[in-house]
Amino acid sequence: MHNFTPGSALLGGVLIGVAASLLLVGNGRIAGISGIVSGLLLGDRGQFAGRALFVLGLLAAGFAATRLAPGSIASSPRSLPTLIIAGLFVGAGTRLGNGCTSGHGVCGLSRFSARALVATITFMLTAMLTVRVFTLLGGVP
Amino acid sequence: MNSRLAQRLTALLSGGLFGVGLLVSGMTQPQKVIDFLDVFGQFDASLMFVMGGAIGVHVFAYRWQKHRTQPLFDRQFYLPARTVIDSKLVLGASLFGVGWGLGGYCPGPAVVSLPAGNVTLFAFVFAMLAGMFITAKLETLLSQRKQQLLVAPHEPSES
Repeated sequence: MHNFTPGSALLGGVLIGVAASLLLVGNGRIAGISGIVSGLLLGDRGQFAGRALFVLGLLAAGFAATRLAPGSIASSPRSLPTLIIAGLFVGAGTRLGNGCTSGHGVCGLSRFSARALVATITFMLTAMLTVRVFTLLGGVP
Repeated sequence: MNSRLAQRLTALLSGGLFGVGLLVSGMTQPQKVIDFLDVFGQFDASLMFVMGGAIGVHVFAYRWQKHRTQPLFDRQFYLPARTVIDSKLVLGASLFGVGWGLGGYCPGPAVVSLPAGNVTLFAFVFAMLAGMFITAKLETLLSQRKQQLLVAPHEPSES
């Protein structure tokens, strides 16, 4: 196995769980990031301020990391055209399927939602398949 | 404390903590994400622990929620009511997975990494927002079209 870091992964996961729990217990809302971002972008009904502040919190964490732990943010090994196509797929897919890794994978599975389970298995499989095909085609364009 | 202020502080704190969690976990390193997804290659199982840790904590919040009619700072819970598993869900999740595998970014880590000022990431996020926007507009257009077909008055035929 490659660069295995179970300790920091588990700690980070616990922090994510606490963050999502805070939003549920305090505001009664799901910490689904694609939903929050697309809601902000498209002005979906519901709280503008709450979504904007959540995103501001994410950005503040990233900003702090660039000062305190710059190694924690790395750039993608993929080329610009690949990343643009990837972005379009992620945007379209999360909007159509109502969620991403956080909304379906963390929040949905935590509430034993069958929809979230189907979505999570599906995106895990297509993501693994994509990486495999990419590697078979000769690595990193 | 005024509940609107409490709501806003909660949203900010939750976003900040979520971001720290993503940074600590390694999700903001796309190569690590790609290695996790490369099950038959140089598999790095770390990210399984991210999901395990997050769900292990978050299930307790839902256990609490089941016995309550409202959260601390609002009058109701806003939980997804939909339960139907349809082709839209499966198609959407499939497309998302392809994009995740292609770039190594899902939406949260992409947003958190923006302050690092990486130009290719800006392009990814811009394309992601464009994908959301176009999909939402197409969906509204299609549902309007469908409704028009359903309510369109039938012309009496001459035959």
